[in-house]
Amino acid sequence: MLRILNKIRKTGIITEPVLEDQSLEALGIELKRQVDQRMRGSFAIRAVDSGSCNACELEIHALNNAYYDVERFGVHFVASPRHADALLVTGPVSRHMAAALKRTYDATPAPKWVIAMGDCAVNGGEFGCNYATVGAVERIIPVDLVIPGCPPTPTALMQGLLALLQR
Amino acid sequence: MSRFDWLSELLARCEDEHVLVAHGSATQLALVHLLDIDHEDWGRFADVARQQGCRWVALWADQIDVDTFNINVCFEYRGDYLVVRAPLEIRQPVLPSHTPWFPAANRPERHLQDMFGIAFSDHPDARRWTRHQAWPEDQYPLRKNFAVAGETGDDTPGDSDYPFFQAQGAGVYEIPVGPVHAGIIEPGHFRFQAVGETVLNLEERLGYVHKGIEKTAEDRDAAGAVRLAGRVSGDSTVAHSWAACMAMERAAKLAVPARALSLRAVLAERERIANHLGDIGAICNDVGFAFAQYQFSRLREDWQRLNLTLFGHRLLMDCVIPGGVAGDIEGAQVGKLQNQHAALRTELDGLLPIVDDSPSLEDRLVGTGVLSPETAVLIGAVGYVGKASGIDYDLRRDHAYAPYHRLQVESPLYQTDDVASRLKVRAEEINQSLQLLDQLLAELPDGDIAVDWTAPVLNAEGLGLVEGWRGEILCYVRFGEAGRIARFFPRDPSWLNWPALEQLIHDNIVPDFPVCNKSVNGSYSGHDL
Repeated sequence: MLRILNKIRKTGIITEPVLEDQSLEALGIELKRQVDQRMRGSFAIRAVDSGSCNACELEIHALNNAYYDVERFGVHFVASPRHADALLVTGPVSRHMAAALKRTYDATPAPKWVIAMGDCAVNGGEFGCNYATVGAVERIIPVDLVIPGCPPTPTALMQGLLALLQR
Repeated sequence: MSRFDWLSELLARCEDEHVLVAHGSATQLALVHLLDIDHEDWGRFADVARQQGCRWVALWADQIDVDTFNINVCFEYRGDYLVVRAPLEIRQPVLPSHTPWFPAANRPERHLQDMFGIAFSDHPDARRWTRHQAWPEDQYPLRKNFAVAGETGDDTPGDSDYPFFQAQGAGVYEIPVGPVHAGIIEPGHFRFQAVGETVLNLEERLGYVHKGIEKTAEDRDAAGAVRLAGRVSGDSTVAHSWAACMAMERAAKLAVPARALSLRAVLAERERIANHLGDIGAICNDVGFAFAQYQFSRLREDWQRLNLTLFGHRLLMDCVIPGGVAGDIEGAQVGKLQNQHAALRTELDGLLPIVDDSPSLEDRLVGTGVLSPETAVLIGAVGYVGKASGIDYDLRRDHAYAPYHRLQVESPLYQTDDVASRLKVRAEEINQSLQLLDQLLAELPDGDIAVDWTAPVLNAEGLGLVEGWRGEILCYVRFGEAGRIARFFPRDPSWLNWPALEQLIHDNIVPDFPVCNKSVNGSYSGHDL
């Protein structure tokens, strides 16, 4: 136990700002202001993988590491679409996931937003449209915001969330 | 030990079993021995391979003209790879199943059944596997007359009538999970039968993220195919693009500069470390030890940030290209890498003993999710899943490809076969990879980082074999006209390790499923293709 406490003490608070990256905190403060103003302090997101190669999921996970720690800005990922304000959808919508994506969307209470994350979700990306993929998420459910990238970085994700809230 | 010194023994067994080997070649698929047999002998060959003690590696088909498939199965024995090939008429696409001898062949055979319309007689489980409802049962996407765009509209119904295994009895109940899971992970369906908290049976249903990767690779040029290979499974982008490049470079008989090979290994070891760091944290987090999750995800983030600075991408996508690598590193950058290695060592020296000594972790991880060595051999488990269950195999050591042939690769091995030992294997692999990285950088050869790609002749083919962080990756490529891809088949290690999860979960409690799943960490995308 002492070792754990000691390690925590020695690690300190690494949550940004780190020296070279002041912009992230500014971004975060603005994000928090918007979440406070428009979402009463809590913005709940349900991530849905509709066929991604799993790179996008790795970067969503990174948002929760101690550097970005998006929860401090009021953004949190929830286990059920029924608890979500927004769906964060990745992948070129495999046809095998199309029905599940639609049902997840229907299970999300209105008002709701849909964010298409990554090049695949935006336009099919490297996989395009074929017998197994539909391509862009907007061909299955209405999309409010796209965040391109392969995969988008955690910073790009935060910028995307902010852009959505600033509308 | 000379390579393939066991081949004569195998050929003698073939004779005993009346398997006619029409032709053998050590050069057509370089570094791999190719045997041509008749499709009539297909089933008997499985018996021969089993007697020899071969490990089942991969199965793929390839339509070579309007009337004919080539069926290929790959085996490994003592670090040598053997591909056995039989032609099969499309009019009569029936073969004996290898599954009775090699359970690992089960799902791959069902994949061929769905994708090519090849029936496997005596298959113990002939249900569809990769196909849900995106295309009709009597159409086969990997036949050449199937249009890549398909014929279905956007409206694909859900797959609601898959005949799951049933269990009956007093107190037995079912838990369906997925495809959309509670966490931020890939989609798949798990069907549990449980009594109280104890899992009686788990059945996996995958295929939800099937993206037509094998089909959309066709007619691409080499660079396009490698970009796609880098997205077979995003967490293994380096390993998959390396395997694809290796296959194509062997087909084109292209010699890759030594510096490029060393840089590929640097990228591959960095990918291994990043994933191991992330997963060690996640395994601990799945049993509520959040301290480790915060620490290890911090280390992973450091690692990814330096990837971006030095190689231009946080996950190292598109860094490996046909003929070499996309970017070079120079003196100061090498120094940055070496500093990071040293810093990570110091961190791990502090953190790993804490993980190792924690009574709460020990309580949850030791004895959880046991995969016995016998079962591991039977299903052909690879990578850390195999190494934790007594399977001592690592391509970098046992089938050493450049630059690993000049490095000393040590592979951790445990017989304790639980979640804790899979975690230990991964921790030890990080330390091993750090050593390899230091050595690779210290001995970085001078010279070019790539040669110009030259398209190979029609029907040139190659096989790439790489030890990814999950284990052995195989990639087969055959070229068509004008250097375009005619067949691309990547076999992710997840094909072999997903069945392990169904076995090791028996008699565990339902709440331990997440940690058991994470300790195997199969790729859905790499499997579903």
